[in-house]
Amino acid sequence: MLFLKLILTNLLRHRVRTLIGIAGIAFSVAAMLTVVTILQGAIGMFERILSNDSEFIVFERNVSDLFFSNVPGDAVDQIASWSMVQHAHPVLFGIVSSPDHPIITCFGVNAGDARIHDTEWLAGRRDDFAKNPRGVALGERAAEFLKARVGSEVPIGRETFPVVGVLKTANGFEDGGVFMPLAAAQHFFHKEGVSSVATVKLKSKEDKAAFKRAVEEKFPNLIALENEEFSRSYSQFRILKATAWAVGCCGLLLGGLGVANTMIMSVFTRIREIAILRVNGFSGAQIAGIIFGESALVSAAGALAGLLLGASVIATLQFVPMLHGYVDAHVQPVVLLAVMALACLTGLAGAFYPAIYAIRIRAVDALRFE
Amino acid sequence: MSFRPSNDDQVLRATGVWKSYDNQTVTVLSGVDFHASGGETIALCGPSGCGKSTLLHLLGGLDEPDRGEIFVNHQPLAGNGGGLSLLRHEVGFVFQLHHLIPDLTLEENCLIPTLAAGVSRRAARDRLGQLAEKTGLAHRLNHRIQKLSGGERQRTALCRALMNQPRILLADEPTGALDERTRSQVFQLLLELVATEGVTLVMATHDRALAELCQRTVVMKDGKVYES
Repeated sequence: MLFLKLILTNLLRHRVRTLIGIAGIAFSVAAMLTVVTILQGAIGMFERILSNDSEFIVFERNVSDLFFSNVPGDAVDQIASWSMVQHAHPVLFGIVSSPDHPIITCFGVNAGDARIHDTEWLAGRRDDFAKNPRGVALGERAAEFLKARVGSEVPIGRETFPVVGVLKTANGFEDGGVFMPLAAAQHFFHKEGVSSVATVKLKSKEDKAAFKRAVEEKFPNLIALENEEFSRSYSQFRILKATAWAVGCCGLLLGGLGVANTMIMSVFTRIREIAILRVNGFSGAQIAGIIFGESALVSAAGALAGLLLGASVIATLQFVPMLHGYVDAHVQPVVLLAVMALACLTGLAGAFYPAIYAIRIRAVDALRFE
Repeated sequence: MSFRPSNDDQVLRATGVWKSYDNQTVTVLSGVDFHASGGETIALCGPSGCGKSTLLHLLGGLDEPDRGEIFVNHQPLAGNGGGLSLLRHEVGFVFQLHHLIPDLTLEENCLIPTLAAGVSRRAARDRLGQLAEKTGLAHRLNHRIQKLSGGERQRTALCRALMNQPRILLADEPTGALDERTRSQVFQLLLELVATEGVTLVMATHDRALAELCQRTVVMKDGKVYES
């Protein structure tokens, strides 16, 4: 209890300084949490696009980006005909532009694709997508920013396409995207006869290994990965995740420097007090314990405040129309733990030098000259 | 009053101790020999800068001599990792300035040495209760240091120094910052406490009158010790 009071006393004695230290950690944690969660959410959305009613993704081996992948149509047809496969759908990804909107994600899909078949249609009819070879369905947000509705025409690139439906999806990419019949998309992107990926669902999960082997044997230029496997190995995701954590760590590093500054000032302004403790038998470890204790409290308070702040920012971002569907407010426990652990480690690292300095204070000098 | 202890009774002994500062350009102690026996009260007298405080710091393990040896309870201080253990169990310090932590209460300040030594909270409180009674501070235990008078602060420092029942009390001008009346009261209390606790007192002082109340007076001059 007294030990805790020795820790708290100094924090309460210099409240503004303590609050600045807490704020440094809080903003760092909030920034890290927000950046990581948004990017994880974006990656998660992309994963869901790929894994919509499927468990395997088949794409061209050794491509750096799925936009550059070419899966031949006959390969998709053959895979779909295998007895172990329930269904295989080709999906062509592309980026299209329209006036005022230079980047719109385009999905070239068949009418039987779950994105068309199982999604809620806010306007238009599913059948029209199958019937009209150039008819596009728009995500709700895309319809909004393109000011389009069923029956109108939307300019995409140098062409215009009739709108046959408006879809409601919970996915930001899809919500702001254009769904085009596969053949039309292949023509538009000059990729006749190919798709970016094939999404595959098996009849039995026990056939996973057999399916992967079969793809490898029959189509050496293609690779089949389970959705989770794909997420782990896809270089774009890895780069994004690494970037998110790197940005977050930089933020925490700044927060850590704030804590280090707070703790150094804490030691400098209580040299005599530390000397008194030494004269009364406090060991170096006990002195270090006080410094690390102060730092741990600042870090813990900062981390908690940062979590609240970050959660508030994420919750608020969900209501920003432009970001609708892009932000997944669900913070993964592993992210939460990692952020907390990093915050605590940063705090402790920030206290390291001040603790060493405090241990080295010679009581006899401090008392003589104070 | 005379006191002639035998060598076996010596709780504190310094032999040929040298100490200098500023890259050995200022020599403070030049081969000091000193001893103190159990229960003895010794006044260290001498002009300012003669090395009284330095000798106390060396005897208490707060500093190390350049040369010479110091023994506490017949154990050499050097190389014994002794400083810390000494401060926890064998030696208590009282300074001219009370050196209490202002944000803590009287009780909390006094419990600091017991926290360092790992004494149980209950035992520490019992011990503080006894000392507070003896020093007349029992009614002030929960008061912050800022609320105490100068005499009370110095009595608190005395309580703190005796909390772990040390065998030796080193006091550096313990009444130097007090007015004449309070000085006399605090010093009488100090003598009573060391007598009842059986503590050896080594006290640096300028005050000849106070020094005469001790059993032995040691005069320091030019870094050397002379028995008076």
